[in-house]
Amino acid sequence: MTNRMQVNLDINGQVETLEIEPRVTLLDALREHLGLTGTKKGCDQGQCGACTVLMDGERVLACLTLAAQAEGRKITTIEGLSAPGGAPHPVQAAFLEQDGFQCGYCTPGQIMSAVACIQEGHAGSDDEIREYMSGNLCRCGAYPHIVAAVRQAAEAMS
Amino acid sequence: MRDFTYRRAASLQEAHDLAAHPGAMLLAGGTTLLDLAKCGVTEPETVVDIGHLGGMDGIEANEEGATIGALARMSHVADHAGIRGYFPAVSESLWQAASAQLRNMATIGGNLMQRTRCPYFRDAATYPACNKREPGSGCAAIGGVTRNHAVLGTSDSCIATYPGDLAIALVALDATVHLGAREIAAEDFFLLPGDTPHREHPMETAEIITAVTIPGSAIARRSTYLKVRDRQSYEFAAASAAIGLELEPDGKTIRDLRVALGGVATRPWRARAVEEALKGQALTPETVREASLLAVEGAVARGDNHYKIELAPRVVARAILKLGESA
Repeated sequence: MTNRMQVNLDINGQVETLEIEPRVTLLDALREHLGLTGTKKGCDQGQCGACTVLMDGERVLACLTLAAQAEGRKITTIEGLSAPGGAPHPVQAAFLEQDGFQCGYCTPGQIMSAVACIQEGHAGSDDEIREYMSGNLCRCGAYPHIVAAVRQAAEAMS
Repeated sequence: MRDFTYRRAASLQEAHDLAAHPGAMLLAGGTTLLDLAKCGVTEPETVVDIGHLGGMDGIEANEEGATIGALARMSHVADHAGIRGYFPAVSESLWQAASAQLRNMATIGGNLMQRTRCPYFRDAATYPACNKREPGSGCAAIGGVTRNHAVLGTSDSCIATYPGDLAIALVALDATVHLGAREIAAEDFFLLPGDTPHREHPMETAEIITAVTIPGSAIARRSTYLKVRDRQSYEFAAASAAIGLELEPDGKTIRDLRVALGGVATRPWRARAVEEALKGQALTPETVREASLLAVEGAVARGDNHYKIELAPRVVARAILKLGESA
């Protein structure tokens, strides 16, 4: 008999009910069960930051969070950052203007992490941005433009 | 990751009861347990989620001391004004650990329970021999690539480095780990590998860390954590030092000192020989550098990790001298 459990997830303000195995991570629940593929699977081991989402407003790694753990928390993914068809979030706009990516695979994680980094008050200088964004790897090496984008967004949001 | 049963504990008592079952493992932040489950190093039959228990994430810190609930998140403790003001080494050890995301997830109790990053321990498929993972199976690290392995507190059974930062500061500042009513000095909470490296803590089945306390002192107020590593952020220590310093009113004689090392030993390593050598001495670069050499008394290198024996005393000396300059 398959071991399944019911999990209610609050994703971008909408409650979703899933019947899943307990071992399903929040990342796999988003991508494989809810079709929200904006959150990326990079290392799936808690080392790259591509799967960064907000949980109760704080940035966490969806690959090291069980979907069951997330029940009762408010999850925000890249899809929920701005209204459909609406203006992009200031961090998204800054990444576009500063060209803060090359291949784009790490970008949703970078943006979610940057939103939290600015909200935490950890974007006060380039050095502080580098320290507090260090959990998001970019194998293309777009770091200088990412720092510029976070700095621009921090100024725009202040 | 093998499948398991998920149980969310509604109370500490229920968590104890669930954790007592064979194959049950506690989950708080999940950053270690799920990581190791994906590696195949841990294979829980039941995951007991204690992350939602109420009343266990409080942080109080003032001149008298600090009480940190076991479910407090690393990031919250690092940014807490009382911790930063009265226990700076604790704050610094936390914000220099892991990444912002992991610090939002990982709890203080879970941090103390994190496992070594020894690659031979983590890769069971490639390296069947690991006495920590499988008692009696041998040690693939000895004779292997040892650049990040320990030089202090090792045995012929295990040379895995203790990976954490927080515990180094806690051991330096004489903190206490609380398991309900039972109290264990932070230093005694971490066991030497000896010939039983699979046993890392003096805990009984189903015991749960409930809090950590740290006594307030002049030493704790003037403390720091210096971490040296291969890259500047999001990396484990090549060598680190937690230091607490109290000077005489003359501002240059050392009244009291605490020294603990990270990144070089099989457990958080208190260096009392350095403390004793410097008490009553003038704080000068010469005396501090000479005494800091005592930090690696008894160190044994195994090939690639020889550099740690030279690096660790330098880190200790630099941290002490930095504190001495910060009047």
